Amino acid sequence: MNGLLRIALKLLLNDKGKFATLVIGITFSVFLMMQMTSMFSGILYQSASNIVNVGARMWVMDPAVQTPQNSIPMPNYVLDAVRSIPGVKFAVPFYVGAGLVKLNDGTYQSATIIGLDDASLFGRPTIISGNILDIYKNNAFIMVKDANYAKLGSPKIGTSFEINDHRAVVVALAHTPVSGLFGLPTLYTTYNRATQDLPSTRYLISYLLVQPKSTRDIAAIEQQVKQLGYLALTDQQFIARNDRFYEFQTGMGTNILIMTLISFLVGLSIAGETFYMFVLDNLEHFGALKAIGAKSGELIQMIVFQSLVVGFLGFGFGVLLSSTMIAIGKMKIANYAAMVTYENLFLALIMVLIISAFSSYIGIRKVIRIDPFDVFRG
Amino acid sequence: MILTARDITKSFGEAPNQAYALRDVSFAVDFGEMLYIVGPSGSGKTTLLSIISGILRPDDGDVVVKDTDIWKLGSDALAGFRLQTIGFVFQDYHLFPRLTTLENVAIPLILRREPWDKSLAAARKTLQIVGLAEKESLPPYKLSGGEQQRVAIARAIVAQPDLLIFDEPTASLDGDTGRKIVAFVKEHILNTQRAIIIVTHDSRIYEYATRIIRMEDGRIVPGAGADHEK
Repeated sequence: MNGLLRIALKLLLNDKGKFATLVIGITFSVFLMMQMTSMFSGILYQSASNIVNVGARMWVMDPAVQTPQNSIPMPNYVLDAVRSIPGVKFAVPFYVGAGLVKLNDGTYQSATIIGLDDASLFGRPTIISGNILDIYKNNAFIMVKDANYAKLGSPKIGTSFEINDHRAVVVALAHTPVSGLFGLPTLYTTYNRATQDLPSTRYLISYLLVQPKSTRDIAAIEQQVKQLGYLALTDQQFIARNDRFYEFQTGMGTNILIMTLISFLVGLSIAGETFYMFVLDNLEHFGALKAIGAKSGELIQMIVFQSLVVGFLGFGFGVLLSSTMIAIGKMKIANYAAMVTYENLFLALIMVLIISAFSSYIGIRKVIRIDPFDVFRG
Repeated sequence: MILTARDITKSFGEAPNQAYALRDVSFAVDFGEMLYIVGPSGSGKTTLLSIISGILRPDDGDVVVKDTDIWKLGSDALAGFRLQTIGFVFQDYHLFPRLTTLENVAIPLILRREPWDKSLAAARKTLQIVGLAEKESLPPYKLSGGEQQRVAIARAIVAQPDLLIFDEPTASLDGDTGRKIVAFVKEHILNTQRAIIIVTHDSRIYEYATRIIRMEDGRIVPGAGADHEK
């Protein structure tokens, strides 16, 4: 390391009180920013669980649908119309609804019921116990073994209960990549059984799952579905639509943004003020260095280096603390909706760099203005 | 001559409140000299010291150090020139309390981009010269005033400058320690390859000067061992 930067580092590290205040301030700020944004990322991710779990390339829905949980049933002719669109390789009906499960002990529990196309079972979960073909047996349901599994009494294969006053038998246990946001157990069955057993409107299809022949056909499919009066979205577009709903229509995104900005301002003020005090403490010595022969550029280099050191240390500790808290949360709380993403990390890093740049700026302003003549004047 | 100052004039403020700190001051310093600039407070000593060391720009006049007209240099070149040619001992020492004594002494070499280990080795040798080798790992605030002064001297000489500038070197010391320090400087630091300029108003150390310039009201006073005044 350059000797001058080594001096800068020693000046910083040996001022233990201010160094600790700087690092703790930025760590706290990063921790809060990461917690806020991670929580929001987790909520968005889990709210899109059906889209991720089913894995369909395209989804057709009523144009008023904003999130996968709130479908608006479509008439059966839409299925035939979509299937007839050139570029559609196949299209199948898909049902998502809520059922009331009556457990053997007499208690009730809401559950998400998913109805898969009887012929193809497209969008089926990964079976971890039992046989997928048993879904065709009488009253058969496949239970997803996730964080909410225990809410139905941790049923085994063969366990029976009532769903909306219809008998249901667990024929297999399955795994899905993402658990739902609202903490409800998930049961899969066939589309026909789901629409027969669960009370519904006169239209039955929640969504159509569409596989285009190629990516080039997507735009034409979207256009033709639009002419039918419905909306076709790719899975990524549907996830983005779901994200926008939570970000802008629930107030959640605005609140998270405000909290993140407050966290940023806390870090900015703690780091800025402490770093300013640190520079003030060393100001006369910086003046002496100038008199001895240090160039302004070299002093700027030292200050920027010091602020980056505390910035990156605070960032590292903040991310570590936040990740640890999220890991503990996931261990202790079933279905804990928080996840660290590269976007969150990048955002926090940008915020830290702004904090470092601001701290450097106010330090540099003082150091640049100091006149070495003042060192002689005392 | 190591330093020649010609017709130095410096004022502060704007007319009509303009005050002249120096008026047409000229003098020269030769190698091997230990020149004192003395005079009462406000006589212009510190201003003169700042101008001849390339820190404060004069309104008029030239300062030539080792054949270089320093005020014709740009700010970075001037900083580099100071670093290569001049060693400073400030009145308040200005040692970094968060660095060890050894690291403080090594600073001019580090500013010269010398390797870290080489800089510390040279600083260690210099601390031996000023008799503080055993204190190298202590921070300066754990040293006495006299010891801190010697650390400041070690920092000033570690890069072997041709010209040493001392600003009130005994101001923070008791009489006995002050005399010892200056005697030490004359005996061990001054040589025929170097000149030392000391600004002081401590008459107890005048005996160690090879020459004294007396200043009053921004001018050099003729006589009393003074140089010339134009």
